[in-house]
Amino acid sequence: MSTSNLPGGALLRHSAIWIAAIVVIIVMPYVFTSSSSISMMSQMGVFIVFALSYNMLLGEAGMLSFGHAVYFGLGGFLTLHAIRAVNDGAWSFPLELMPLVGGLGGLFFGVVFGTVSTRRAGVTFAMITLGIGAMVEASANMFTNFFGGESGISGNRVTDVTLLPFSYGPQVEVYYLIGAWTVVSALLMFLLTKTPLGRMANAVRDNPERAQFVGYNTTMARFIQFALSGLFAGIAGGLFAILFEIMTAPNVGLIQSGSVLLMTFIGGLGAFFGPIIGAVLVTYMHIALSGFSEGWILYFGLMFVLMVMYVPNGIAGVIVSHGPPLRAGLMHRFAVPYALAFVPALLTLAGLVAMIEMGYHLSLSYDPSRPIELFGMEITATSVVSWVVAVAAFGVGVMALRWAATRISLRWGEVNQAMDAQRAKQ
Amino acid sequence: MIESVVFSLLNGVLYGMLLFMLASGLTLIFGMMGVLNFAHASFYMLGAYCAYSISQVLGFWGALVLAPIVVGLLGALTERVGLRNVHKHGHVAELLFTFGLVYVIDELVVLVWGQLPVNYRIPEALDFTLFSLYGSDFPAYRGFILFMAVAMFAAIYLLLVRTRVGMIIRASLSHPDMVGALGHNVPRIFTFVFAFGTGLAGLAGVMAGNYFITEPGMAFAMGPIVFVVVVFGGLGSLSGALVASLVIGLVTTFAVGMNYSIADMLASVGIAFGQDSVLGINLSRFGPMLPYLLMVLILIFRPRGLMGSRES
Repeated sequence: MSTSNLPGGALLRHSAIWIAAIVVIIVMPYVFTSSSSISMMSQMGVFIVFALSYNMLLGEAGMLSFGHAVYFGLGGFLTLHAIRAVNDGAWSFPLELMPLVGGLGGLFFGVVFGTVSTRRAGVTFAMITLGIGAMVEASANMFTNFFGGESGISGNRVTDVTLLPFSYGPQVEVYYLIGAWTVVSALLMFLLTKTPLGRMANAVRDNPERAQFVGYNTTMARFIQFALSGLFAGIAGGLFAILFEIMTAPNVGLIQSGSVLLMTFIGGLGAFFGPIIGAVLVTYMHIALSGFSEGWILYFGLMFVLMVMYVPNGIAGVIVSHGPPLRAGLMHRFAVPYALAFVPALLTLAGLVAMIEMGYHLSLSYDPSRPIELFGMEITATSVVSWVVAVAAFGVGVMALRWAATRISLRWGEVNQAMDAQRAKQ
Repeated sequence: MIESVVFSLLNGVLYGMLLFMLASGLTLIFGMMGVLNFAHASFYMLGAYCAYSISQVLGFWGALVLAPIVVGLLGALTERVGLRNVHKHGHVAELLFTFGLVYVIDELVVLVWGQLPVNYRIPEALDFTLFSLYGSDFPAYRGFILFMAVAMFAAIYLLLVRTRVGMIIRASLSHPDMVGALGHNVPRIFTFVFAFGTGLAGLAGVMAGNYFITEPGMAFAMGPIVFVVVVFGGLGSLSGALVASLVIGLVTTFAVGMNYSIADMLASVGIAFGQDSVLGINLSRFGPMLPYLLMVLILIFRPRGLMGSRES
């Protein structure tokens, strides 16, 4: 089903979502006016584009990459070099279109590395991308002119050459520039999923043998998808370079590649809006939690591991799965079991957070006996009582959660039966 | 010149054997279970930290025995609680699970032992000079590492090829249903294999933690390179891992020792080249990149690795 033969109502609904997204992007800086929140929202835009480009691989084509930051980072470095060239008077190119430089760079490296990596699928492909990612990161030591060595490359985004009468010095002007690029890139990536190429990528993901039997070249489908994903990752890198005005070698590295994988997976691979949720949530948690706790990486890791185990379709998957009961008017039947699960979930979380925070306090603080403030209480990490309470809360919470989980899955069975009965009546 | 070659050779073999101690467990887990354990280097780090804590009480020899067992038990727990549940979602989900585990274990290590390096020392009984060559000393502990690595290779090989347990393990990889039908508990065999593999990583950590430095970054320093070794040698192949470890160990050690560029070499035979070009880059800077280049090349041209029997 392509966009053109969608029924009129669905087309309207699709455009309504996009228009709503544009309105939200325009209004946000008037709601959250502080410069730190505008900076955070700008970062969200950058990572939305990056995560969506990653989902073109993992979600759309089933290609698990451990080296996607290569295209993001190289795109960013190229953009920053281009901006420096404009500032030096060596070149003239409007700042608004600078992310294109990054995009073309990402596309170029996507084509180069794509030719060697996309001939394989599955775990071999994942290993090749890991190797390329590590190789490019290690090569930053060799090409110090391009990567700038330890300190990286920095530049000034305020150039004299712009299309619109803005200087892009103030944070909010950059926010709107990133917002515009985010909408355009996201829309293009969305439309791409509706093209024959997007469908072919899905076919190659779901059943490569059959796709081959029907007569498609699976390697070619993977390659084109990979190169285009490099293009959008490069655009995201260019936006990152404009936002931060500095690029360092770790931006092309394995940790950056890992974080986009986390974002995309947590958001959900199955739905187009999944990576958007993931990018917004992870960026928010990154900024909010890293100020609150030493252990934000641990919270991330735990969240990711638990999601791989219990929620493999991510947040978007959970949302999508509630669509049919909602349409059937059966959502109210989940109210009781969900409410029953909510309390033990909070208890488990509180116990876990208390244990982790007390642990960090004991190992990292200069004075472990100094009480820490948590949930509005003063907690002493050195006292046995606090540990007993935390462990007990966690243990009781986990047991109650398991009980609530069986209730929920029983209720799901009932609701599914009720929906089947409704369908049979029609 | 001879002196530096001999020492590069010794150090390269030593580094290679350390890599092998890590890689053997990883390749074993992959060969038996089909799981690429991203967190393998994290278990290696756990081994070093556990050895540090145990050696405070029981000394190095107690740590040498107990720390791998502790790490192996943690591995068994990981397999039983996590990996087994993820198994039904396929290999990519398993890969993602172990990938997330890296974040969790690395941070838990910081949580328990702190961010600073811990003072995990070489035991006094092994702190002497084994022999001197060209005026430089070769410490006995390095000899001990070499000995342990060789013993480990022999022990694993004999276990897998010569014993009944090894036969069942190999059979449950290729014919899990048949092994199950014969009355063996296949999931328990998998738990055992994962525990054994992570225990080997723990042993490598006990040996390497005091040779290098025991600090929270040690897993990240080793993680990618162990993957290179296992992929290069052929996933699941023990002898492949041995050969690949030695190759990678020697290549990186020799590259680091090369203090001249291709342009210098060309200049010595009379061809002048600008020092600013790619050829002017000091060869030692290629060192960190070489293993990954080798890995990418072998994946492209021979995806089953040097001695692997099948593609992943």
